[in-house]
Amino acid sequence: MRVEQIAVFLENKSGRLAEITAILADNDINIRALSVADTADFGILRLIVNDVEKAKSILQDGGFTVGKTDVLAVEVVDKTGGLAKVLKCLHSAGINVEYMYAFVNKSGENAVLIFRFEKMDEAIEVLSKDGFTLLSGEQICAL
Amino acid sequence: MYWEQKKECLPRPQLEQLQLERLKNTLRRVGTTVPFYRNTFSKLKVDAGKVKSLDDLRRLPFTTKQDLRENYPYGLFAIPLRDVVRIHSSSGTTGMATVVGYSRKDIVNWSNLVARILCGAGVTADDMIQIAFGYGLFTGGFGLHYGAERLGASVIPISAGNTKRQIQIMQDFKTTALVCTPSYALKMADVMMDMGINPNGLSLRFGLFGAEPWSEAMRIEINERLGIRATDNYGLSEIMGPGVAGECQECNGLHVNEDHFLIEILDPETLEPVKPGEVGELIITTLTKEAFPVIRYRTRDLTRLLPEPCPCGRTFVRMHRMMGRSDDMLIIKGVNVFPTQIEGILFDIEGTEPHYRLIVERENNEDKLTVMVEVVESIFFDAMKKQRAFMDMIKKRMASELGIGVDVKLVEERTLERFDGKGDRVIDKREL
Ligand SMILES: [Zn+2]
Repeated sequence: MRVEQIAVFLENKSGRLAEITAILADNDINIRALSVADTADFGILRLIVNDVEKAKSILQDGGFTVGKTDVLAVEVVDKTGGLAKVLKCLHSAGINVEYMYAFVNKSGENAVLIFRFEKMDEAIEVLSKDGFTLLSGEQICAL
Repeated sequence: MYWEQKKECLPRPQLEQLQLERLKNTLRRVGTTVPFYRNTFSKLKVDAGKVKSLDDLRRLPFTTKQDLRENYPYGLFAIPLRDVVRIHSSSGTTGMATVVGYSRKDIVNWSNLVARILCGAGVTADDMIQIAFGYGLFTGGFGLHYGAERLGASVIPISAGNTKRQIQIMQDFKTTALVCTPSYALKMADVMMDMGINPNGLSLRFGLFGAEPWSEAMRIEINERLGIRATDNYGLSEIMGPGVAGECQECNGLHVNEDHFLIEILDPETLEPVKPGEVGELIITTLTKEAFPVIRYRTRDLTRLLPEPCPCGRTFVRMHRMMGRSDDMLIIKGVNVFPTQIEGILFDIEGTEPHYRLIVERENNEDKLTVMVEVVESIFFDAMKKQRAFMDMIKKRMASELGIGVDVKLVEERTLERFDGKGDRVIDKREL
């Protein structure tokens, strides 16, 4: 139940993020979720999109450095309490979160938490065992 | 494989004795027959007859490219012109050419030393050698040609240029060894692709490359694309041409033909010897040249010695492939830094030819070096912690290998201009 995510290296120059979203829009690629981690010097943009391969290749053609990683998407009903429950489950299993971000689906009822772990397989096992809903890439795009 | 095992494996004490005798002989000759050396020796109160050890070399004057130019054309020749059988010349860019001459015996020695290099690289009398160096005043073509004939190999003296014809001949004549510059070898690989010729279908096994700086990354690419074993060889026309040094089949540094050349590695600023294994400028004194002996020639080429004995058994010292020009050297916080050192570290880390730029600034009277590195996919991480750890790792390695702290700035791919010359990769903003 892994979801593919693309990551893009960004220098902190203004307008780069807008450029990326424009390139993706021009090529009919939908961004389902997005997060930016940045420091004073550079940033890392992470995206969940409906067509990973196409997005990667058009961004590479556009001169960007693009990587591809697997992440997990956990669906929870109530945003705040939901997150706490997931984190508690992971913590008691001794699984560290490398990074995470979230988005709310169109109806606003459910939230989707995107996680990256060092130990992906263990995380899948622990979360499934505790009854959390893991979404596939297709399911996210269908939301 | 040795061409002259006894000489190439001479125990160091005997080798040094031989070098000393030959040095004294050379000094005696230039001190009497070459006005330039006679004058500088007397100015510096050097008595060639009183040289007692190889260390005394350090009291002798240097010879520079400028000295060669000022004595254009025949001022530094040590024998009468009637005894000179060959002239070569290196073309200066602005008509500042230098001229070198060879006696009959010089040509014999030269051929023999090039035969050593070829043999050390694995080439034998059974090989078919295609020499794609220019023939003419440049020493590359004729130097390799005479050495290959001396070895007994079959020579195809095709000279430089016309790449398609080179490849056609390589295919038809079943060339087994290619002699050219490393960049030309890569060009040949490109043209082969265009022509639809698979290099693996050719008979090519060896590549002997020289006459320009190159890198380990280039060697790997050439080996893979042409299916050969590439070795490096070094020489310069002011000293002799090819044949000064070459790699054995270990492909790990160039053995210097020390029975004919005495080398020193000096700090380009202080002109004092560097510590063993440290980078410095290569200085060469010829020990057997008759027509054009040179004392302590400043090559401006940077290298370092590899002091460990070579598994091949040769006792001749090895030097690292040329690491740049001393003119490119930066002095940062009083420490000598060579752009090629930084390139080497990045290559090690990235595994491919790095794209980088060096910015040198002075802030509050302190030098600051920033290394800008393009982030390619192999060094890009989706987790910030990992990306930062990677940056710190570069900083640590640079600090430990260069001896100064550096700043590392990661930049987007293809944002640094592509340069051919290494010197252009440095932006020195200090106003000194
Ligand atoms: Zn060796």
